[in-house]
Amino acid sequence: MNEQDIIYVDNNATTAIAPEVFAAMEPFLTTWYGNPSSPHPFGSRCAKVMVQSRKAVADLIGAEPEEIIFTSCGTESDNAAIMSALETQKGRRKIVTCAVEHPAVLSTCHFLQKQGIHVDFLAVDHQGRINLDEARAVIDDDTALVTVMWANNEIGNLYPVEELAAIAHEHGALFHTDAVQAVGKIPINLRQSQIDFLSLSGHKLHAPKGVGVLYRRRFTPFLPYLIGGHQEHGQRAGTENVASIAALGKAAELAMNHLRDEQSTVKALRDRLEQGLLASCMDPVVNGDPEHRLPNTSSICFKYIEGEAILLRMYQAAHICASSGSACTSGSLEPSHVLRAMGLDYQSLHGSIRFSFSRYNTQDEVDTIIRVVPPIISALRDLSPFGRK
Amino acid sequence: MWDYTEKVMDYFLHPRNIGEIADAEGIGEVGNIVCGDAMKLYVKLADDKKTIADVKFQTFGCASAIASSSALTEMLKGKSLADAAKLTNQDIADFLGELPEEKMHCSVMGMEAFQAALIDMHKKHPEWNVPVVIEEEGVNRIVCQCFSVTEARIREAIKTNHLTTVEQVTHYTKAGGGCGGCKPDIQEILDDINGNKKNSSNDSAAARPPSQLTNLQKIALIQSTFDDIIRPGLKADGGDAELVDIDGNNVMVKLAGRCASCPSAIQTLKHWVEAKLREKVSGALNVVEVK
Repeated sequence: MNEQDIIYVDNNATTAIAPEVFAAMEPFLTTWYGNPSSPHPFGSRCAKVMVQSRKAVADLIGAEPEEIIFTSCGTESDNAAIMSALETQKGRRKIVTCAVEHPAVLSTCHFLQKQGIHVDFLAVDHQGRINLDEARAVIDDDTALVTVMWANNEIGNLYPVEELAAIAHEHGALFHTDAVQAVGKIPINLRQSQIDFLSLSGHKLHAPKGVGVLYRRRFTPFLPYLIGGHQEHGQRAGTENVASIAALGKAAELAMNHLRDEQSTVKALRDRLEQGLLASCMDPVVNGDPEHRLPNTSSICFKYIEGEAILLRMYQAAHICASSGSACTSGSLEPSHVLRAMGLDYQSLHGSIRFSFSRYNTQDEVDTIIRVVPPIISALRDLSPFGRK
Repeated sequence: MWDYTEKVMDYFLHPRNIGEIADAEGIGEVGNIVCGDAMKLYVKLADDKKTIADVKFQTFGCASAIASSSALTEMLKGKSLADAAKLTNQDIADFLGELPEEKMHCSVMGMEAFQAALIDMHKKHPEWNVPVVIEEEGVNRIVCQCFSVTEARIREAIKTNHLTTVEQVTHYTKAGGGCGGCKPDIQEILDDINGNKKNSSNDSAAARPPSQLTNLQKIALIQSTFDDIIRPGLKADGGDAELVDIDGNNVMVKLAGRCASCPSAIQTLKHWVEAKLREKVSGALNVVEVK
């Protein structure tokens, strides 16, 4: 198998490192291996690239460079924001979040529940939407933090983060959003926003794994999660991952340049795929909120069959790499918590496939998927004891 | 993604013996769509009514479920019922080379479908002396509510595969793989079979409900158990329930949310809601569903 044979439509899981990004990081793995904290010019060369990267990331999300804290990943950023909010909002013992959050937030909240923190999980409807009235009802003066994702990784739904931030602030609570799936896919301008914290991850926008960012609004109280050295202005200790930060800066610059393509070409690929599959597969159901959705994500349920079987046959047929929320692919025995929270019926729940595109995908790839998938669906339907006429 | 053997992939990509047999003497159905895998097995006998002439299957499930089902049909064809009844789930795994341990429940499902087909045959034709294993009385209780796994199935899997840990039981039967609430029960069954009985009288004494309650106390305790334990438990799976009324020892409950349409709702109601109320309040309580 050659890498050029792969049809990679799993970009919400991770993305290819852009060639320009690799070129930008490589010198800091080989030639410029210095420590940015060192006083000599060899170290300063590394400090300089970090300044550039900080600026590029800030520009991508409409923030100021000093509001950018480099971390090791999106999960660290999420944890840091949540833990800090509880520490700085003394006396407040409540977190409000949402049932379809990524485990980076959800499991952290479950952990905090065991420590005695009260957590409210906003419910979602069958399209995965939250209800702002419910948010208004549960966010109160005991709330330390409201944390709701900007975009959902499985179904691509966009959440009303600005409205939620406003409600949180009415009660003196802080607002954090896990924007790992949103950054680089939709325009974000934090200067015209009330959001206090935002998490992003490098490997979702064509930078390598192992680098993330926590945006912290200026003057928002913050206590560091990692204690140690003075790095990141004392907000995140640990010697900086210079090469990956250089990469993230380049990736942010590229994402900025390609932002409009997401809404045009990438969205066109996604829509072409959905139209093709809806027209030719048995009983497909598109999951999520069609009005407020990422341009690159499509979650489709194929009734009466199981996701892992679909994935394996897609890979076998054309080296298609996608993902599924079925129990067998999640490594547990339960299907996706997102689709379950949406109350999907059991006929659909186990047969979900997520296709997530990037600017590197092509129309030819989409057409291959549209050609290959329908016979797989009907062959698996022939095998299934359910849904027979 | 799982690392399957070539033979598993072959049987998954090119399954043998798919379909139905209209005049099958035995049909075995196991699993359901809620749990994520299910199988229907059709067994047709030769004229001697002792030899398996043809077998076909339909399976809803992952690659290893489909491969295990298809492998089973190949193994059964041409065998005498007596020999076939001796097969175990391990034979299916061996036939396929190997199954990841987390997927052993797929081979167990295959064997259960065959057992169910034999029982079906036995019920229709007791005179054929079909070699069926009739489950002992009293072990039919559902241990794992999430995946509707009976004590009998857990015992069978432990004995056949010499299982020693709760995690293994989950890999082989799925029991304990959902909410995990039945893991202590599974451990007890393991201890019982493997002879590691431990003295747990202290634990159970602490969990016993108070013996004497006034009517008012009882109603309050039912209400709080309902609000603090039962509804959050159901909500975790997208369901919900409403406490409608209490009449003596009868607790009227109306299921809502996803519970209202769940095929195993009655089992949830009787085995979980009722069990919780009996544990926390009084052993005399009965749960009655109101629509």
